[in-house]
Amino acid sequence: MNVLLDHLADFREGFIGTVLLTLASGLVAMMLGVIIAGFRVSPVPPLRMFGTAWVTLFRNTPLTLLFLIAWFVVPVIFVPGLSPWMKALLALSFYTSAFVCEAVRSGINTVPLGQAEAARSLGMTFSQTLRLIVLPQATRTVIAPLSSIFIALTKNSAIAGAFSVTELFGVQKLLSDKGFPITWIFLWVALAYLVITFSISGLFRLLERRLGVAR
Amino acid sequence: MKYRTSASAAVLTALALALTACGGESGNAGDQPAGESTGANAPKLPTYAVATGVKIDSPTLKKAQQAGKLVIGAKNDQPFLGFEDTTGKRSGFDIEIARMVAADLGFKPDQIEFKTVDSNVRETTISKGEVDLYVGTYTINDERKKQVGFAGPYFKAGADLLIRKDEKGITGPDSLKGKTVCSIKGSTPLQEIKKPKYGAKTVELSKYSECVQQLLNNEVDAVTTDDAILKGYAAQRPTKLKVVGKPFTQEPYGVGMNKDDKALRDAVNDALEKHEKNGDYKKAYEATLGLSGSPYAEPPAVNRY
Repeated sequence: MNVLLDHLADFREGFIGTVLLTLASGLVAMMLGVIIAGFRVSPVPPLRMFGTAWVTLFRNTPLTLLFLIAWFVVPVIFVPGLSPWMKALLALSFYTSAFVCEAVRSGINTVPLGQAEAARSLGMTFSQTLRLIVLPQATRTVIAPLSSIFIALTKNSAIAGAFSVTELFGVQKLLSDKGFPITWIFLWVALAYLVITFSISGLFRLLERRLGVAR
Repeated sequence: MKYRTSASAAVLTALALALTACGGESGNAGDQPAGESTGANAPKLPTYAVATGVKIDSPTLKKAQQAGKLVIGAKNDQPFLGFEDTTGKRSGFDIEIARMVAADLGFKPDQIEFKTVDSNVRETTISKGEVDLYVGTYTINDERKKQVGFAGPYFKAGADLLIRKDEKGITGPDSLKGKTVCSIKGSTPLQEIKKPKYGAKTVELSKYSECVQQLLNNEVDAVTTDDAILKGYAAQRPTKLKVVGKPFTQEPYGVGMNKDDKALRDAVNDALEKHEKNGDYKKAYEATLGLSGSPYAEPPAVNRY
């Protein structure tokens, strides 16, 4: 108990760090994922290939390796001098976007083909069809898998702690290095993660109820 | 699309290069160390006389005697200090300290079982009894004394800075304004450098080798940790890196063990004093840390609390 009260500032900073990083990379991953999913179901072959390559690359690369690329390759080849936080955002959101894309694509596949055909016969363009007809219907199916993805993202953000970003896992390492009782530190850090993941699953349950439509 | 594939290919190639480039973690990678680590006139490691019939009223030691082996926790990634090569052979100054202490407790070199223990689980590992002793750049401090017992200090280290050879702007901790300094998450020297009076930006990674790579890539301006560790890295790449040589903290290294085992603590202190007096300590230093070009200094007096 003491270790929490004595280092409340450290824990608070770590908690805020984890929340911010999860939120930011969740948003970016969401946008990227939906765009890439659009690519993957589009009628344009190069776009489809690009989408497939993106998913294959980022879904099958270990996240730690992506962090290493962001730290040791991106500065040398692309952009030097990114802050550690930006590097973490890059690695996390690119990695998660592949999973978001696949969840969204499977949601799109649950929408009956007749819907898209009807939209086409009304003279809608591909992007109109996707935006107005298909995606709204796909959303409901996608909510459950998305919630799992964001919970995984929360826990994955711990890797950023090993790469110079202030977050919960880093606080654990810092305090246990100083020699405070490790069991208590772990307990508090685990609880903090639980608070975040429970909030996410609660939020998505709410969404599911709001958007649930009898088929 | 074409451009995309070539870009990702470039990324992968570069990554492969970067990864092989930071493969220089072995004691003699890259260019030759500054010291005469090879050749006939290289300092030889001393051998330690193994004591017989050791009787000490220590529960830890009795357990180890029954098992016929002494388990010692150590580091495996610090050249010249605590290092394990690909064949599993361990070498370095801390390893020698462990061997001379074990000899006085009655254990032959083949009766020592070394176990690699990560910094942040040292206290837990020692208090749970998973290792009997711990020797690995273990700084004695009050917070740790609440959980483990320390014999020693056997070596006085201090935080220093590792910089690129052509770096003119950094002459010590006071010249770090606006510079970026890299170290391991939670290390003591970094806590010091973080103080506002230095005005430095900090980067925290999980391995020193990663920090050294960032330094070589010009992404950071300096790496900080105990000078003993930095000298090992400077010795690996004497043409590219150097140590500033202005220590700014005190890091007395001790031998960690069970907190309440006073008999064992006294025995280890006796052993350290004996080997410091009979010259083994100096010989061990010359054949390990001394190779990196850092001069020998008299060991600190042990502190029996």
